[in-house]
Amino acid sequence: MTRRVVLLAILAALLVALPAFSGAYILSVATLILYFAYTGQAWNVMMGFAGQLSLGHALYVGVGAYTAGVLFQRFGIGPWAGLWLAILLCVAMGLVIGFLAFRFGISGVYFALLTIAFAEFTRIGFDHLAWTGGPGGLFLRVAQRDTWDLANFRGPPIMYYYAALALACGAFALCAWLLRSKAGYYWQAIREDEDAARALGINVFRWKLAAVALSSAMTAVAGVFFAFYYNNLFPEQIFHISRSIEIILGPVIGGVGTLFGPVLGAAVLTVLSDSITEALAAMGWEFPGVKQVLYGIVLLAVVMFLPNGIWPPLARFLRLDEARRSKP
Amino acid sequence: MSALLEVRGISKSFRGLRAVSNASFELPQGDINGLIGPNGAGKTTIFNMIAGVYPPDAGEIVFEGRRIDGLRPDQVCAAGIGRTFQIVKPFAGLSVLDNVVVGALLRERSPAQARRHAAAILEQLGLGAKRDLPAASLTLPDRKRLEVARALATRPRLLLLDEVMAGLRPTECDLMVEVFRELNRREGTTILLIEHVMRAVMALARHIGVLHHGEVIARGTPEEVVRDPAVLECYLGEETQI
Repeated sequence: MTRRVVLLAILAALLVALPAFSGAYILSVATLILYFAYTGQAWNVMMGFAGQLSLGHALYVGVGAYTAGVLFQRFGIGPWAGLWLAILLCVAMGLVIGFLAFRFGISGVYFALLTIAFAEFTRIGFDHLAWTGGPGGLFLRVAQRDTWDLANFRGPPIMYYYAALALACGAFALCAWLLRSKAGYYWQAIREDEDAARALGINVFRWKLAAVALSSAMTAVAGVFFAFYYNNLFPEQIFHISRSIEIILGPVIGGVGTLFGPVLGAAVLTVLSDSITEALAAMGWEFPGVKQVLYGIVLLAVVMFLPNGIWPPLARFLRLDEARRSKP
Repeated sequence: MSALLEVRGISKSFRGLRAVSNASFELPQGDINGLIGPNGAGKTTIFNMIAGVYPPDAGEIVFEGRRIDGLRPDQVCAAGIGRTFQIVKPFAGLSVLDNVVVGALLRERSPAQARRHAAAILEQLGLGAKRDLPAASLTLPDRKRLEVARALATRPRLLLLDEVMAGLRPTECDLMVEVFRELNRREGTTILLIEHVMRAVMALARHIGVLHHGEVIARGTPEEVVRDPAVLECYLGEETQI
């Protein structure tokens, strides 16, 4: 237990100090890793903890991003106010999807299909909504990139790096706390066996909705970050199913339902993706699709040989198992 | 003794097949009762109706003076009725202790208290040494014990046991009987058990109801029931004239 805390503290200190000894490229890769660690953690609340497979999390990123983006661009309302509306809208959408599915007993892959459907028709909706730029996209005013303007969330890359770090650390701490709370126990019970959970007095419908609400709220925050980091939003990109897959790959490769899986998965995948690009460029092998094929082969290998993700066996190897937390 | 649970004329059909018809009985407060009957007699169906898995087509179920038929399983549990499953349903990915903590969280104020309560129950059921193992690694007798531990953790005033002795060796069975006796004596928990294993029912139950084709055909003490011609008939078959 204490060893885990010490190692986490060392890792956090390294991440805080990272900008001091890294260039712009490393910093952007690190920002991306932290962003995916955060979204992976958000998705993990729903799938890893409560067992509800969402393949449409791009919906919440997109709605969150567009909400804050439109408020900023059209009404001059800053991201800190927009954040709350983004969260509100995403939670509302999540609750609608969850209500429909859980009330009518749609579960497993059929639930996953429903989440895809909602993300897809929202994408098509935004494609036809001229007010938000339609397929041509929504562009946010690009401002000074050298001073920190926290009120408008504008600043140099290092500001976004620290914002992503704060999000990832906050989500990690929240999930660590949740797992040891009533909610964590109840969600895991529901994930393992809904009938048994009901027989122990758990209102399965309500707790599943709670998981969806929290997960969509967390992902909405990621969307706001996305909008102000990239400054341009296209429905075809942000709502696309490949974005949803991107979000879940981290926790799946790292270890579904574990605390550290989403973080590790995000790091492994982002570094892998970038190093394949670099390696191919160095070898002059720049055929279209080669990168995707190599990436796919690595994913396949991980899923085949480590079906529970990289983290559980690694944790056992490092003697950091999460199972050892039962001290009455 | 006043009745803790009253079942009044409940019936249930599945696609026209009558599983339970007009069954009535009551469980006195603090008593241990058995419900026996051949396969397909409707025992588990009655159980599921009490536990809220599905509502009866007709009739009423009254617990502590309050109607509970039509409530959801989680509401029935919150009302004070704990149950086990005939086909055990452990939370396979969680540790043995965490399985029981989930049940304990219903009444305990904090996870820390729930963990203490759960640990105490595991000791009581002889699972203390295995509390950190994943539930998936338990043997069948231990899984049955875990079912009981989880249900007990919700502090039920009525405990419904669905064939918890099935598959246990006689010595394990006796151990389980002792646990229930002790529980009944110390906490006054009322128990209703469905059982095929006559050894356990005879040893435990003070009153027994016999179900056949969805109807209660006999009620009484174990001694009375085993001498009842209607019961002998349904277990051994009718005497045939040649």
